[in-house]
Amino acid sequence: MSVLVDKELPARPRTVCLPPQRPLERAGVVEPTRLRASHLALGSAFLACAAAASLMVGPYQLPPLQVLEAVVAKLPFVHLHSGLSHLGYEVLWQLRAPQMVLGALVGAMLAVAGASYQGVFSNPLADPYLLGVASGAGLGATVAIVYGPTFAVGALNPLPIAAFAGALVAVAATFALARPASGGRSAATLVLAGVAVAAFFTSVQTFIQQEQGSSSLAVVYSWILGGISTAGWGQVELLLPYVVVAGGVLVACRRLLDVLSVGDEEATSLGVRAARVRAVVVVAATLGTAAAVSVSGLIGFVGIIVPHTIRLLTGPSYRRIIPLSLMFGGGFLVLANLMANTVLSPQEVPLGVITAFLGAPFFLVVLRQAKRMG
Amino acid sequence: MLQVERLSVTLGGTRALHDMTTSVNPGGWLGVVGPNGAGKSTLIKAICGLVPYGGCVRIAGRDLGSKDRRRRARAVAYVPQRPVLPREMNVTDYVLLGRSAHHGYLGAETARDRRTAAAVIERLELAHFASRPLGALSGGESQRAVLARALVQEAPVLVMDEPTTSLDLGHSQLVLELADELRRERGICVLCALHDLTLAAQYSETVLVLFEGRAVVDGAPADVLTEENISRYFAASVQVLEGASGPVVAPSRSAEPSALTAPNEHPDEEMRAS
Repeated sequence: MSVLVDKELPARPRTVCLPPQRPLERAGVVEPTRLRASHLALGSAFLACAAAASLMVGPYQLPPLQVLEAVVAKLPFVHLHSGLSHLGYEVLWQLRAPQMVLGALVGAMLAVAGASYQGVFSNPLADPYLLGVASGAGLGATVAIVYGPTFAVGALNPLPIAAFAGALVAVAATFALARPASGGRSAATLVLAGVAVAAFFTSVQTFIQQEQGSSSLAVVYSWILGGISTAGWGQVELLLPYVVVAGGVLVACRRLLDVLSVGDEEATSLGVRAARVRAVVVVAATLGTAAAVSVSGLIGFVGIIVPHTIRLLTGPSYRRIIPLSLMFGGGFLVLANLMANTVLSPQEVPLGVITAFLGAPFFLVVLRQAKRMG
Repeated sequence: MLQVERLSVTLGGTRALHDMTTSVNPGGWLGVVGPNGAGKSTLIKAICGLVPYGGCVRIAGRDLGSKDRRRRARAVAYVPQRPVLPREMNVTDYVLLGRSAHHGYLGAETARDRRTAAAVIERLELAHFASRPLGALSGGESQRAVLARALVQEAPVLVMDEPTTSLDLGHSQLVLELADELRRERGICVLCALHDLTLAAQYSETVLVLFEGRAVVDGAPADVLTEENISRYFAASVQVLEGASGPVVAPSRSAEPSALTAPNEHPDEEMRAS
C-alpha cells in the first residue's frame, strides 16, 4: 500500500453524541419568510404614485395642482374648490379616473393570476393564458366583432360578454379533455390539453377573420393587442367583483402554493390535498383572467414579468409573491396605460405593445442583477 | 403502535402488494428489505395513504381510513426516497412545511409551530444552515433537512424510503444514527426501507423481507439475513459475517457465475421464520 497524501485529517464531527434534547419551551423560535410591512408600504407607495401620475398627466392638458385639489376635494370632510373647468372635471372623473382604476384592476388580476399559475404548475413560463383563456376570449371577441350587430343584448356591449364566454368555454374544454379515464389529473396533462385547445380556438378565430375579409381585421387586431382607453365606470363595475373574489381566494392560498412546490405526493403526505388546491387556484385565477381579458383585450407580459421581478427581488415564497403581484401588477399597468396614451399623443399605442416594450428590458436588467448577486 | 393488516395494493392492473400484515411497536425499528420491485416503496406509500389500498393501517389502534389527509399527516411522517427540494426555498421555510397539518389550512404557523421547528432544527444541527437555500446544501445536509421536516410533523410513526440513497457511508450512518436516537428519545415507530443489507441489519430491531409483493420472512436481523435467504430472495452471493453490532453482509464472488440464479426461479412457498 502506498500513502498518496500524508496529511492528518481533521476529526470528523459526529452527531452521534449530541447533548440531550432541550425542552421545547426553552428552544428558540424560527422566523418563516413572511410579507414585511416594508414590502406593503413600498407596494402601496408605487400604486399611489402610479395612480397620481395617471390622473395628472394625459393627452388633454389639465393643471396638475388643480387635479390634486379635485381629488382631495372628493375626500370626506374636505371642502375645497379645485378651479377645474367643467370639461376638465369630466375628463378627470369620466376618462382618467375609470381608466386608472380599470388599469389597476386588470394589471393586478393578470399579475396575481400569472404568479398563481407559475406556482400550481411549477413552471416559470406559465402565464394566465396557459389553459386557453386568450384563444377562447379571442374567438369570442372575433365572433362578436364579425357577427356582432345581429345579437346585441339590449344596451350592453356584446364584446366583453362574448370574450368572457369564449374564455370560459376554452378553459372548460381544457379541463374536460385533461380528465383521464381513471381518477387523478396531472399538471402536465392539463397544460398539454391547454395547448391543444388554444391551437384549435385560434385556428377557428383566424378562419372567421379571414373569411370576413379585411373589414373586421383591424378591429379584431386592435382588440387582441389590448387596451383600456375606452374604459368607463361601467367596465370597472363589471370587473371589480371578479378581481375581489379571485384575488381574495389566491391571497388566501398563498402559503399552500409554497407547500405545492415540493410536488403533489409530498404535499399530500404533509396533509395538503394538492389536486384540490390546484383546482381551486386555477379556477379562481382563470375566472379573474377571463373577466379582465373581456374588458381589456389580451395584454401580454404582465402575468410573467411582474411575478418574476418580485420573485427575483424578494425570494421564492408565494407569501410575498402573491400579495405583491397584486399591488405591483396594478401599478405597472397604470403606468403602462399612461405611456400608451401619451407617447404618440393624440394617437394611442396598444397597451400590449407598451407592456412588452417596457417590461421585457426591465425584466432582463433584474434578471442580470439577480444572477450577479446569486 | 403501527399495525398493517392484510394490505393489498394494485397498481396499473398489477398486484404490487399481497395481503401484507406486519406491525411496529412504539420505539421500535422495522427494516424492510427486498430486491428491486419487491414492493418496498409501495408498502411505504400505502402507509402514507399516497396510493389506494385494500386492508387497513392502524396507528394506536385507530384505522387511518383514506379521507382525512391532515389527520394522516399528524400520524405518519414520510421521508421519500427522492425528495423534491425547491432549490431557492430556505431551510427554515422547508422544515416548517412539516407543520402544515397542525395549523389552520389557510392560516400561518403559530408560535408553537415555530418553536417545534426551532427545536428540531437545533437538534439536527441545522441551525447554522437555517437561512440557506436548499440548493446550497450538500447531500448529507439536505437529507437532514428532509428528516427535520418529517420530525416537526410530530407524528408517532416515521416511515423512510431508502433515506440513504445518494449518501456516502459516513453520511448514511449519520442520518440513521439520528433517526435511531430520536425514535428512542420520543418513542417513535420507525419503518425504514433500505437497500444496504448491512445497514438494515445493524439498525433494525426486526427485519422484514419483501419478495414479489409478499412478506416472506421476518424476525431478528441475525435470523433473517442469512446467506441462504439472501441467495434465495436477492439472487446474490454473499458471506454473512458476525459484526460487533449485528450481522455484516459482504458480497462474495462465487467460483461459478452460473451458480447465480434469477430470483424468480426460487419462488418457494411463503416462509416465515419469526
